[in-house]
Amino acid sequence: MSSYRIQGATGEWEVVIGLEVHAQITTEAKLFSGASTKFGAEPNANVSLVDAAMPGMLPVPNKECIRQAVRTGMAIGAEIHRWSRFDRKNYFYADLPQGYQISQLYHPLVGEGSIQIEPEDGVSKTVGIERIHVEQDAGKLIHDQHPTRSYVDLNRSGVALMEIVSRPDMRSPAEAGAYLRKLRSILRYVGSCDGNMEEGSMRADVNVSVRKVGDELGTRTETKNVNSVRFVMAAIEYEANRQVDVIESGGKIVQETRLFDPDKTETRSMRSKEDAHDYRYFPDPDLLPLELDDAFLAECEASLPELPDAKRARYEGPLGLTPYAAGVLTADVETARWFEALLAEAAKAQGKPEADVAKAASNWLISDLFGALNRLGRDIANSPVSPAQGGQLLGLVADGTLSGSLAKQVFEIMLETGDDPAKIVDERGMRQTSDTGAIDAVIADVLAANADKVADYRGGKDKLFGFFVGQTMKAMAGKGNPGVVNERLKAALDG
Amino acid sequence: MTSLTDLTIAGIRDGFRKGDFSAREVADAFNGAVAGGKALNAFLIETPEHAVAAADEADRGRASGELRALSGVPLGIKDLFCTAGYQTTAASHILEGFVPTYESTITAKLFGAGAGMLGKLNLDQFAMGSSNETSAFGNVISPWRRNDGGTAPLAPGGSSGGSSAAIAARMVPGATGTDTGGSIRQPAAFTGISGIKPTYGRCSRWGVVAFASSLDQAGPMARDVRDCAILLENMAGFDPKDSTSLDLAVPQWEAGLSSDLKGKRIGIPKEYRVDGMPAEIEALWSQGIAWAKDAGAEIVEVSLPHTQYALPTYYIIAPAEASSNLARYDGVRYGQRVLPDHANLQDMYAATRAAGFGPEVKRRILIGTYVLSAGFYDAYYTKAQKVRALIARDFERAFEQCDVLLTPTAPSAAFGLGEKSADPLSMYLNDVFTVPASLAGLPAMSVPAGLDAQGLPLGLQIIGKPLDEQGVLNAGLAIEERAGFTARAGKWW
Repeated sequence: MSSYRIQGATGEWEVVIGLEVHAQITTEAKLFSGASTKFGAEPNANVSLVDAAMPGMLPVPNKECIRQAVRTGMAIGAEIHRWSRFDRKNYFYADLPQGYQISQLYHPLVGEGSIQIEPEDGVSKTVGIERIHVEQDAGKLIHDQHPTRSYVDLNRSGVALMEIVSRPDMRSPAEAGAYLRKLRSILRYVGSCDGNMEEGSMRADVNVSVRKVGDELGTRTETKNVNSVRFVMAAIEYEANRQVDVIESGGKIVQETRLFDPDKTETRSMRSKEDAHDYRYFPDPDLLPLELDDAFLAECEASLPELPDAKRARYEGPLGLTPYAAGVLTADVETARWFEALLAEAAKAQGKPEADVAKAASNWLISDLFGALNRLGRDIANSPVSPAQGGQLLGLVADGTLSGSLAKQVFEIMLETGDDPAKIVDERGMRQTSDTGAIDAVIADVLAANADKVADYRGGKDKLFGFFVGQTMKAMAGKGNPGVVNERLKAALDG
Repeated sequence: MTSLTDLTIAGIRDGFRKGDFSAREVADAFNGAVAGGKALNAFLIETPEHAVAAADEADRGRASGELRALSGVPLGIKDLFCTAGYQTTAASHILEGFVPTYESTITAKLFGAGAGMLGKLNLDQFAMGSSNETSAFGNVISPWRRNDGGTAPLAPGGSSGGSSAAIAARMVPGATGTDTGGSIRQPAAFTGISGIKPTYGRCSRWGVVAFASSLDQAGPMARDVRDCAILLENMAGFDPKDSTSLDLAVPQWEAGLSSDLKGKRIGIPKEYRVDGMPAEIEALWSQGIAWAKDAGAEIVEVSLPHTQYALPTYYIIAPAEASSNLARYDGVRYGQRVLPDHANLQDMYAATRAAGFGPEVKRRILIGTYVLSAGFYDAYYTKAQKVRALIARDFERAFEQCDVLLTPTAPSAAFGLGEKSADPLSMYLNDVFTVPASLAGLPAMSVPAGLDAQGLPLGLQIIGKPLDEQGVLNAGLAIEERAGFTARAGKWW
């Protein structure tokens, strides 16, 4: 249970949150036309006769959109409805060329499911998902480009969306944030949505109400189209506090639609329920009901990847990683993919089972690679070093070719040049040496040059041992095998 | 030799193939008839060049041994079908001047089969009407006149009134129609021609301006049953661009024609004997039954108990769908726009629609919006859908006892223009016999079967099982042969 409470003048208030997430389905073509869905095209470039609602045009469902929504439903353990139907939601606005949106009100494709979340401020919990239905996106209206005209861009009109409706199960902004991140992670694993909130391919309508702990549900408001996890959390926080203030000062919460202003970090009224649209839903007579057969469902099921929760369990179990590392590596599908490719390469390079190299690979990825990517401002999909190169590097450490410090140096060069580690080691002679003859010779020189310190050491100043190691390594340009250097130094000094 | 414009489609096709005449001669003859028939107002635009180009291509094709199914045949096209490069208005001001860049699937198929287009035919606005009085471009006048010597202009039926008038006046040998609640069959009956509405899903709706999507179905109108079969073969077929299109092979209906009804059972639905039906209609129906028996059929009485609810159901569902389908006509992307001074978006929509839609269209949009509104949805739309299912089940049960149904097409002969336009409810009653088959998606046709006391044509309707167009056409042919309907409108225009 979340302990998040709003401290009001009359006591503590609990927040009840439900999210309706609109996720753009990753497909080449729109839901009911063959037009492209490519982001960033010139206005009205991705518009077919169907999208422009020319007379006599008819929608034809894009099977890939249905497939992706079904796979998403399966990924959240939801009931998939073999029989579903598209409805028209009628309302007049310029961004909706048909005058209606094709959606699913009465018979959605996906029924009840749930996801597990681990909010930072609380314990893990299950958030229920009521339904996922498939619908068309609307076009975009631009009002500020001309004093008297509005511009209409229909590029998004007809793009396939999944509306993922949660139950009002969340109790804090952190839980809502965790839900959104987990949902995004699942969508990316499934490949049904790229989860890119900045480009608008995922956005949330945020339903918030407040109540005294244990009371009935309060009146809720809906804040539309919030487009980042941070903004969703901020909108909840603002809205919950606003509602408490209104109630405590004797007012009533009006059920209404609100907008979030990210600049002022506040929500504002958009329209109230009284002037809400009468959408006039009815089954779309241009479309037959959607009926899914066993073969289609089996194919959807078979095509699902290992999902984050299962992957995490495997990392913690058979691979023996820490819960922290497993969490970090599975949170994002790209990271998990990268890690698994790295693991395969490292195991191959060393001729060992993956479980034996997993810890080293995980440590290197989380500290070295993530550190470097952070510094470079790049994400893992654009890493300058490939998993194969990372695996080779780990192999060179494991077989004694590179010491830890040499490996760090080689990695820096890899980041700059993109070269393979073996090539760097060969060309730059960065191989560590375990040759006792060569090491002994260097040690002899170091001891001779520091006779006074040798005397001090032998007189009991044990701490000077590190000094001799440093001098020896420095004289060997870092290439001495630290273990051998230690061993030979000890022998020479303690003689 | 008879005039070329008196030939049926089969006659034109076969004569052209034999070399009796050129396709160009046919096109010229019909173009001449179209030009001479302006008084009927059957055409919204004339496209003689299209007909001539198709004819010339047919003549070249014949010379090189390439003959297509409709080579040499010119047709009229109801102006509800989008035709690439030719204005398509649905007889409305709101689409006035709209020239599609695309060709409807049906017209593409017909033109692909070699047919030419004589022009775009007038209709009730957005196919809403039963008399062709709701066109924004004036009424179509039937070529028929009462035999009392009067010159009162008569309704050609609707909504495919331009099609029916043009065929009856021998301005076109055949035409496309669309039927939502009877818009092929009723005008066919009023003008003494044949027309068939196929099973819902047989003909693609792609590129046909939508009225009520779950009911709209294109079909042919022509002088006789054989011509309907020929045209339907060249209109029907699966279209991946229409989700409700049936993925089935197109039967060879013409080759399958037979007027022998031995072994067939013909059902007579008792509920179609409506109160106040004119004796003439009653008599025609009895005559039809006698003809069917003569053709070898067995007659069985059947019951369609929900018939009385068909019209109210239709007048909920059709306007509901229409109110949604017509929402796209907003003056933004095509057609006419009315932009009053200082108008905002809502003002522009309102002004455009006020000017662009006629009274009947507005009436149906209002009815449709009302029955779909949140407070009334269950009371009207949901209930209508339930009744629709009951009506369809009535037919299923009836077809356990018989192969086709025989009924009158309309409760009366053609009425005078203006006689019913002030009374929409009485106008809606015109569709009382055609609407039930539409709600059930069944194939149904009207064939001319006789004349009333005023010398005006009357039609009989045959309703078939789903996909049994052949059974419908064959029963139609049996009636046609026995009726020997040769009456035609005297050329007064």
